[in-house]
Amino acid sequence: MLTGMQRYLHRHRAKWVGFAFILPWILSALWFDLIPFVTNLYLSFTDYSVSTSTPDWLGFENYREILEIDPLFTKSLGNTVYYLVLGVPIRLVVAFAIAVLLNLRIHALGTFRTIFYIPSVVPLVAVSIIFFGMFNARYGIFNQLLILLDLPPVRWLTRPEWIKPAMIIMSTWGFGAQMVIFLAGLQGIPSELYEAAEMDGGSYWHQLFRITIPMVSPVIFFNLIIGIIGGFQVFASAYVLLGPGGGPLNAGLFYVLHIYNNAFSYFRLGYAAALSVVLFLIILFFTVIMVKTSDRWVYYGDT
Amino acid sequence: MVEGLYARIAKWTFVYPLLLVSSVVMLFPLAWTFSTSLKTAATVTLREVKLIPDPVQWSNYITIFEESPLILYTQNTMYMVVTSVIGGVVICALAGYAFARIAFPAREVLFYVLLSTMMLPHVVQIIPLFVIFDRMGLVGTFWPLIIPRLLGHNAFYIFLMRQFFRGIPLELSDAARMDGCTELGIWARIIMPNSKPVLAAVGIFSIQFAWNDFLSPLIYLGPKKELWTLALGLNAQKGFEGEITSLHKMMVISVYMIIPMLLVFAFGQKYMIEGVTFSGMKG
Repeated sequence: MLTGMQRYLHRHRAKWVGFAFILPWILSALWFDLIPFVTNLYLSFTDYSVSTSTPDWLGFENYREILEIDPLFTKSLGNTVYYLVLGVPIRLVVAFAIAVLLNLRIHALGTFRTIFYIPSVVPLVAVSIIFFGMFNARYGIFNQLLILLDLPPVRWLTRPEWIKPAMIIMSTWGFGAQMVIFLAGLQGIPSELYEAAEMDGGSYWHQLFRITIPMVSPVIFFNLIIGIIGGFQVFASAYVLLGPGGGPLNAGLFYVLHIYNNAFSYFRLGYAAALSVVLFLIILFFTVIMVKTSDRWVYYGDT
Repeated sequence: MVEGLYARIAKWTFVYPLLLVSSVVMLFPLAWTFSTSLKTAATVTLREVKLIPDPVQWSNYITIFEESPLILYTQNTMYMVVTSVIGGVVICALAGYAFARIAFPAREVLFYVLLSTMMLPHVVQIIPLFVIFDRMGLVGTFWPLIIPRLLGHNAFYIFLMRQFFRGIPLELSDAARMDGCTELGIWARIIMPNSKPVLAAVGIFSIQFAWNDFLSPLIYLGPKKELWTLALGLNAQKGFEGEITSLHKMMVISVYMIIPMLLVFAFGQKYMIEGVTFSGMKG
């Protein structure tokens, strides 16, 4: 004999079977996305420190401290913006330029693509350790090469003004993933467009700026957004290369390092949560601005 | 389109030389890593540019096992990799199939939820997740790293799967349904065997991310050395000795950590590049 529940399930099984398939994801979205997001907001208004203490409600005190008192907030945000404003465009331009060269119907395309992509499969911690060695002021290969070229050596990781350029050089090495995306975008441009331009006698540079770049502008846009969102959250590479303090005078203290230090060195989890909410708002702001202005410079076809 | 003389000259005088020089620059750090890994404590601090060290000390690759518990770190890393692959290739594939092919109430809404979790920056989850796992008493265990992976907590993989599954001809699954096949049966017998490229891509990404992950192991396993992953072990090699005199050891561990990823790349290059490209195109 069937109970009411069983009869109901039997009749509606087809309808609910889809839920069974996504049940693990629903659980994970609740547990690891939704509840944390709300918890984070709550924590940001408290002085939560360790699991044994009861958090006190502070109102906007953490936010006031961030904006009015904390000197390292401005410092770390400035460092991060510096890294973004230089690093993201440099990586983008290098990736695009190499992709354009590879798209010239050259020999050994596959080999070149593999070579440029390989650094992207090197684990980030290993990348940082490798560059830690290469950047060493006394024995590192960069300075040995500079000396060989009769140029003055640079204290890459100990001079505040060189730390961020060093980080940018290191991150540029991994442009391969973006290059592969560009290359696919370039290969997707219909050749009729170029043929028509050639009939009209357009030069190569004319084609590059009038056809190629507009046609891949959605890919440029995608890489730019991913680069900015990722750049704001740079952590592992700086932590390994420079340590949690970000090197001398906090020159390499990036925003997420500042969050990490507050949470896990000073156990100011409430304050760190507030810092992360501020970063979330900054990222959201940039993303919205970019999406809103994208129709002015991103070409999505005639449809 | 016939290639003009001008274009051919430009290629051989400009494009190929530039690509060759860039290739050398790109491969140089890896060559340097390997070269340094073969140096001795004495030659590692010599101020010279020498790609083939003298003497070549191959034994570095053996003695490192006496100094650093690399086997243990590798074992620990494998827990991350295996659970990550299971979650990615099975759990995310199930969810992706439901979003692609099964009609159920609120599917569209839930799909938008999925997409929006994809946009959520990881940084807002670090602190609260730590607090949640801390309250559960799970900090200092593998569980905070394993549970999200086993539950398929990766919206991007689910999205990739869904997009791919939608391209599989409906006739195949309809025929199976006529024969009384359940949805799970269709998924296992029709969808999965026809989805090798996306499964390979997700599998490879899962391996990579689990192998390379640094922040989460650092937060959850920090003081527990016996639970460390390779990434933590490599970072500590720098921290312990700090000095450049152990640079060759750091490079030995780096090589050990890089080689499996190079192998994964060598075998899965096609799927990997397709996957990366696809993520860019659909974004």
